[in-house]
Amino acid sequence: MIEVSGLGHTFRTQTGTTQALRGVNLSVHPGEFVTLIGRSGCGKSTLLRAIAGLVTPTEGRITVGGKPVTGPRRDVSVMFQQSALLPWRSVLANVLLPVEILGLERARYNVRARRLLNLVGLDGFEDRLPKELSGGMKQRVALCRSLVQDPAVLLMDEPFSALDALTRTEMSGLVQRIQMELDTTILFVTHSIEEAVLLSDRVAVLGPRPATVTEVVTVDLPRPRSLGHGSHTVDVARISSRLHDLLDPEWVGR
Amino acid sequence: MTRRDPLHARAVVGPRGSMTVPGMGGASRILLPVLGVLVSVFLWWLATVVFSIENFLLPGPQDVLQAYLGQQDYLLEQAWVTLLETIEGFVISIVVGIPIALLIVSSQVLERMIYPLLLAVNAIPKIALAPLLVVWLDFGMTSKVVMVFLVCFFPIVISTATGMKSTPAELVELMRSLNCTRTQEFAKLRLQYAMPQIFTGLKVAVSLAVIGAVIGEFVGAKAGLGFVIVQSGASVDTALAFAAIGLLAVMSIGLFYLLVALERWLLPWAREER
Repeated sequence: MIEVSGLGHTFRTQTGTTQALRGVNLSVHPGEFVTLIGRSGCGKSTLLRAIAGLVTPTEGRITVGGKPVTGPRRDVSVMFQQSALLPWRSVLANVLLPVEILGLERARYNVRARRLLNLVGLDGFEDRLPKELSGGMKQRVALCRSLVQDPAVLLMDEPFSALDALTRTEMSGLVQRIQMELDTTILFVTHSIEEAVLLSDRVAVLGPRPATVTEVVTVDLPRPRSLGHGSHTVDVARISSRLHDLLDPEWVGR
Repeated sequence: MTRRDPLHARAVVGPRGSMTVPGMGGASRILLPVLGVLVSVFLWWLATVVFSIENFLLPGPQDVLQAYLGQQDYLLEQAWVTLLETIEGFVISIVVGIPIALLIVSSQVLERMIYPLLLAVNAIPKIALAPLLVVWLDFGMTSKVVMVFLVCFFPIVISTATGMKSTPAELVELMRSLNCTRTQEFAKLRLQYAMPQIFTGLKVAVSLAVIGAVIGEFVGAKAGLGFVIVQSGASVDTALAFAAIGLLAVMSIGLFYLLVALERWLLPWAREER
């Protein structure tokens, strides 16, 4: 679904150039949930934004669904760290924003928008304004908005990092449920090992700058997953510790 | 929740109840200001009586009321002229100002071309132009409308442009991720986001608008409240001048609160945030 090959990106600033990415190869299959994990500032967001068509990479090739990425596309949607809801629009109108911008048939997507809101547990909130919602609720609205146009690929850029720990756990459960139900291909950026293990089919570990994919870890645990409950806590711990080692290789030698 | 005073829309609200008298509740919000006005009018009257101030220097409240009632029709007619000049100039500055702000924000080339020019023109004390406007446009209403336009235009342009520029980056990025057109970016995002700031600019402008109209009338006019004030100054009819000033104040306050009401109605989302 997503093919990234030989991707490199160099930022040009007034003080000089910074190479953020070098020789990144990654492929994500249809319906798969892949997480990009790496330390803050390692370039994982840049990679995601390049796939979204928001950044034009200086080297390499990206294709989504077989077609090269030249700019933002209808079949690729992005969910950001901030909910980025338009404060003057009601919850429903916010979810329908992509429908309006992309010029899709309103009546049909209206039904879909309401169904998505129901799926995330926000029915009854359609006419509320964003300022009346909590942080977690805002992010759930943003999730619905990013799914309303029925994208083939959903790119999520640290979508829960601004939330408190309990809300994060709740949101992770929600994303698992949604993915099982909608079968969207998801590429998820995070620096949280917990989230990576909980959500992904595979975790791609990015090294320090200029970043490249240093290792891909497969998470073959049964779903729905949970960090605290269930019988697979040992497996969760094993994979988590492997990711810790990969992200902080110097610790291993001590 | 306590509603904020629209004059200090962005001010920090103190601890709840700090401004109210215990036991008076919501009524104090109307009662206390009315009481304040009544007390000052009483002190005004007292001053004219105790110090036996001459009527042509400072007329008492009863003289002003008498002057108003004696020439009510004439005064209201003149007030209507001033009101029309004010509203016309104000509306024209909105119609011209907002598109110019859009141009400034949408193109860096235009911004660099227009903005310094705007600032330079804005630096001119507009009052200094009033006599010239009369020379160019005669004593009629047009010269006053242009005067009003000149004083209203800048606050409107600046507030609109600043509002649109301050649109948060994540909202712009979201719109870009949907592959929006430039028109959509402005119509559906930037202009909407700027609305509260535009209203702030409008509220500044509308108070200036009345001042602009009156100044225009001072310099040379055949009608309007400014004209009445100049005339009554010449004939030492201070009470009549006070009545005209009172009407101007009512007009200014009325227009301001009209905008406040319009803002509340149009922008429910911008109320009482943060």
